[in-house]
Amino acid sequence: MQRRPVRNPAPAGAAAAEAVAEASVEAYPRIVATLIRVTGDWALAEDCAQESLTVALERWPTDGVPANPGGWLMTVARNRAIDVLRRATVERRKLHDLALLTPDEAQPEPEVGQDVVDDRLRLIFTCCHPALAIEARVALTLRTVCGVPTADIARLLLVSESTMTRRLTRARTRIAQAGIPYRVPSGPALTERLPGVLAVLYLLFTRGYVPDGEPAFADEAVRLARLLDRLMPDQSEVAALLALCLFQHSRRDARRDAAGNLLTLERQDRDRWDRAAIAEGLVAIDRVRHDGPYAWQARIAACHATAASADETDWPTIARAYDALADLRPSPVIALNRAVAHGYAYGPAAGLVLLDAARAGGGLDGYPLAVAVQADLVARQGDRPRAAGLFREAAAAVGSTAERRALLDRADELAR
Amino acid sequence: MKYMMFVCSDTQPDTDPTELPDIEKWVAENDSRGRRLTGNVFASPSAATTVRVRDGELLVSEGPFAETAEVIVGFDLLDCADLDEAIEVARTHPMARNGRLELRPFADLSD
Repeated sequence: MQRRPVRNPAPAGAAAAEAVAEASVEAYPRIVATLIRVTGDWALAEDCAQESLTVALERWPTDGVPANPGGWLMTVARNRAIDVLRRATVERRKLHDLALLTPDEAQPEPEVGQDVVDDRLRLIFTCCHPALAIEARVALTLRTVCGVPTADIARLLLVSESTMTRRLTRARTRIAQAGIPYRVPSGPALTERLPGVLAVLYLLFTRGYVPDGEPAFADEAVRLARLLDRLMPDQSEVAALLALCLFQHSRRDARRDAAGNLLTLERQDRDRWDRAAIAEGLVAIDRVRHDGPYAWQARIAACHATAASADETDWPTIARAYDALADLRPSPVIALNRAVAHGYAYGPAAGLVLLDAARAGGGLDGYPLAVAVQADLVARQGDRPRAAGLFREAAAAVGSTAERRALLDRADELAR
Repeated sequence: MKYMMFVCSDTQPDTDPTELPDIEKWVAENDSRGRRLTGNVFASPSAATTVRVRDGELLVSEGPFAETAEVIVGFDLLDCADLDEAIEVARTHPMARNGRLELRPFADLSD
């Protein structure tokens, strides 16, 4: 391999590891995506990309971090792929195409033109193809686009590593056997397919954000949403999803008190909200032109993120956004949130009317949060004993420990 | 890629009242574009005969090998660039709404 100019003379091992991690965020998906395009071999692409990181971890501490870390990694990965394919005596064309790959392909951000489709975008759309089961989509995206090691994905998704390895192998085989194309759909097909991609990203985010979730999921989802937004700057719903994730993500450090108890929005210390994330979210939401489902959710999240205190929250705007969202995507949970918003905007009686309507269909039966909402509205009407009883009822039915504790605290306060 | 498209009945067909696409048009359109190679409609499953050989003995029995509420009522052999094109062909078939379609690629035995 050609030696490249050295930027830092022999950094310590830790600094080199950090440099590898930093370079891999940008370079890993790019390398995997490019190698898949040329070789059509998913497992090979992932192995070679992983290998390039391993080699970097060995070499950078002594050789120094190269001037172009992404290009260096791409070169190592490409050479590794050539070696493997030579041994496997595959078609000459693939070898030829590989040899032509320049390390510059792993350089940060060449402009994304109208005609040039970024390989990473192909990769995301292929991993999120509707002909793959949703669980397979999530696992494959984490592995292939984000480069999360299989063992970590297995831990995050609560299965054994061997099960996850099998699942990923099956998904890759299925892509080849079913004839799932390595392509970004165009025209009306793009409009149809994009929501499916966004759903995978948002599922990833909520997996990390839920009370007992793994924060690493949320971090990866935000990174992915940023990437997708950069690759598809004209897609309003992508910008909206990014904004939505950032607004929610900004509260990650404020959501728990010192004892680890979950804090509702109005009890959080707003000084602990991540102002940089909120600012980034506001820039993203500024580009939202279309009233899609993520746009409305992002606008609601923006109202919360920009309120100086809970009392200053613009509830009428939030209530109107929920009205629109309930029209666009009717669901029991949105109907429930709509009742909450109206309860704050127009008083608990208004909230209870909408809550009754939301529950009438039976879609909220056995959903403890609906009982908690009722408890809160009843408490604000002044019936403290009844509210305390309802909070206990909700606590008994809730799945997460952190949520149960929070609900029981409310019950105790009201019973005092 | 070649796909065998099984045309199946479904216990929960589409309730959309708009008119179903015309099957003759669908056949003509996809034949002319080379995306449909052949296809046909099956007689009722009650006309099926099952054949097995066990220990050298021929066993012939009446009916399909499995009784199910959803049955295969026909097939089309498609030749498409990839799954996305096959899905586009399938979505405009009237039975996508009146029943369901299963796209089965052929095994690649070249490796």
